[in-house]
Amino acid sequence: MSTSWVNPLRDPRDKRLPRIAGPCGLVIFGVTGDLSRKKLMPAIYDLSNRGLLPPGFALVGFARRDWADEDFMKVVKDAVREHARTPFREAVWKQLAEGLRFVQGSFDDDAAFDQLADTLKQLDDQRGTGGNHAFYLSIPPAAFPTVTRQLSRSGLASADGERWRRVVIEKPFGHDLDSARELNAVVNDVFPEESVFRIDHYLGKETVQNVLALRFANTFFEPIWNANYVDHVQITMAEDIGLGGRAGYYDGIGAARDVIQNHLLQLLALTAMEEPVSFSPADLRAEKAKVLASTKPIEPLDETTARGQYVGGWQGGQQVPGLLEEGGFSPESTTETFAAITLGVHNRRWAGVPFYLRTGKRLGRRVTEIAVVFKRAPHLPFDDTATEELGQNALVIRVQPDEGITMRFGSKIPGTSMEIRDVNMDFSYGHAFTEASPEAYERLILDVLLGEPSLFPVNEEVELSWKILDPVLDFWAEQGKPDPYEPGAWGPDSAEAMLARTGRTWRRP
Amino acid sequence: MIVDLPSTTTSAVNKKLVELRERGGAVTLARVLTLVIVTNEGEEAESVIDPAIEASREHPCRVIILARGPKKAAPRLDAQIRVGGDAGASEVIVLRLYGPLAGQGASCAIPLLLPDAPVVAWWPTGAPANTAEDPIGTLAHRRITDAAAEKNPIKFLTSRLETYSDGDTDLAWTRVTQWRALLSAALDLPPHEKVRAATVTGDATSPSSELLAAWLSRYLNVPVRRVKTDAGPGIVSVVLERQSGNVELVRPDGVTATLTQFGQPERRVALPRRDLTECLTEELRRLDPDEIYEETLHDLGKVIKGRAPAATKTAPKKAVATKKKAAKK
Repeated sequence: MSTSWVNPLRDPRDKRLPRIAGPCGLVIFGVTGDLSRKKLMPAIYDLSNRGLLPPGFALVGFARRDWADEDFMKVVKDAVREHARTPFREAVWKQLAEGLRFVQGSFDDDAAFDQLADTLKQLDDQRGTGGNHAFYLSIPPAAFPTVTRQLSRSGLASADGERWRRVVIEKPFGHDLDSARELNAVVNDVFPEESVFRIDHYLGKETVQNVLALRFANTFFEPIWNANYVDHVQITMAEDIGLGGRAGYYDGIGAARDVIQNHLLQLLALTAMEEPVSFSPADLRAEKAKVLASTKPIEPLDETTARGQYVGGWQGGQQVPGLLEEGGFSPESTTETFAAITLGVHNRRWAGVPFYLRTGKRLGRRVTEIAVVFKRAPHLPFDDTATEELGQNALVIRVQPDEGITMRFGSKIPGTSMEIRDVNMDFSYGHAFTEASPEAYERLILDVLLGEPSLFPVNEEVELSWKILDPVLDFWAEQGKPDPYEPGAWGPDSAEAMLARTGRTWRRP
Repeated sequence: MIVDLPSTTTSAVNKKLVELRERGGAVTLARVLTLVIVTNEGEEAESVIDPAIEASREHPCRVIILARGPKKAAPRLDAQIRVGGDAGASEVIVLRLYGPLAGQGASCAIPLLLPDAPVVAWWPTGAPANTAEDPIGTLAHRRITDAAAEKNPIKFLTSRLETYSDGDTDLAWTRVTQWRALLSAALDLPPHEKVRAATVTGDATSPSSELLAAWLSRYLNVPVRRVKTDAGPGIVSVVLERQSGNVELVRPDGVTATLTQFGQPERRVALPRRDLTECLTEELRRLDPDEIYEETLHDLGKVIKGRAPAATKTAPKKAVATKKKAAKK
């Protein structure tokens, strides 16, 4: 868009007008995968249904399957019918279906990429996608070099003038600092950093975006959001499912690389960062990078970390296999399915406040939350018996499920004597708002098409995260087997011991 | 759950609400607003409950429906409370007002308004001439009318300007959001030429067509013609005239539109007429004054009526010139 042009119909006060992406198309590599069917296709339909995609939007699938456009159309339609959030409307579907194309081929097949280039050119002419294309790499990182090289060879990676090319990649962003740098180099070799969008779907979630609103739009919280009042912070992401069928991806990777490096460290950054100068992408990133740069594991690591591996047993009424019995895993595997670490944020605001991060599979229930636990009152003008049952005040941001905020504080038990016990106050952003609020992927895909980068971690954040995690991973690599833990509970005993050393306990989420 | 409280008072209703909440477990009131709907008893009242419940899924709210019964009846207040599965993410209180009470809706609504939360009033039809000064309108931060549901839509719309007060809005305006979005997006693309004139074609009684034409007139600062047709429901087409070629958005069937513009292939766009739920949901999203709507109302009178293709060829320059002068003042 030329800079001198001001669209007379756009008025900054006009908040009704949705942001519709300009003419463009999206190419999905690995379109036959689960993510594509369950999340991406439905999200694209939902966006279209909400009128947020440009007229003439095109979606191109690229995969090895021997499909015609019609087969692809049917797959998309089924995926949309089954998983879309908004109701199915024939008119919307027809409009979307006109822009569906399928290109068959493998990643090392020059002819297939030439055909892809032709298809995109045709779409530019027929549908008016205007030479603007995003490439969604829903494929293993090992295939990145081949695909980016192919895109570059077939002239798809570069765009001239006002046209744009963007690439979207999913985690894992490497498996340590060195491999992350290598991966970034491979991608940046073809796509400049400003056109690389790394998806961390947690950042697309409403509650996560609400952390910033909660902290910086209110006066309640910020004054006590520091080491003077906060005792410690617990960030938990638990899943109740096991790893059956995911050995290929997970074996040798483990919980820390899979979850802590990206999701949990991003949540930590949002919880601990200073107020950004503005909400522009650059200012937000500057604050996130600052807080990540001042974060380090607290030593000694054998006392401040824990890792575990689930064994077979009963969970939720079902008998489940242990990790070593799951198909595809080596019986000798030392891959951890539970990881807990202690981090310190070394700045004035947070000095001395430990941040406990934990994640695991086959835990009690599926839950993600950030719990800020406050110090006890310095003096309690009650009898000891009155406050025996009083715990620490806590503010819990529930990321999923049942999105919302819980406050925990002491309250008098009704009766003639003064007895104080903890109570919960719930703000259930969850059961009301979220029913109609967009899925994370909708927001993120739209942001890619609009070229709005605030919700995507950049290169620097990825590398800083690995710098935090690498010492822990190196230490664990020397330690032999992870501690076994029963399915359906909250991890190995070593995790409890890790907090007990400083007189703290994990919250039961 | 539906609880009926025949021949009751608002304090009894309040008491019952607290009781229901306690019986259902202690739930905090995460409701963001109170929606007061003023309607007539019977079918009309029933027909607005569903859209309100659906809209509450995005905006958890307390819905108070003031259903006016016959004025000649003996004074009586019948209440009905719907919570849980029968009320989506809201709680619905239907107050049926009979006799002299029918004119005293505000006094029945006040005790039931949520503390501190904003109030939105909605007249699905039969809105008062001056909503801001209406007893219920004065309670509200936002007042929603629907010109399309009034007896004389166009006349009603014109009267909105005379009584406009911050917080007023009309569903006829909500219905053009998607059109406005598409036209704005079309002008984002090159060639970035000035629009010389515009035409909006639509049903004779379509207030949305009037608003769309007035909006174009206001923001493009060019003569806009409003052509009446019986070719389709609601708005049928918009044409923006530019030097290298027109931007045309045509929706003959009320479902799918075709967008034509210079430098781009012809494209189909799903542009179905919006239902009540969708409109109400959009309205509840914003509670601040809608300046764009207000400014658009000002230009309703500037829209050129009827078919006059030849006249506009010479008229534009003069019209533009005088407008610019006016803007400088």
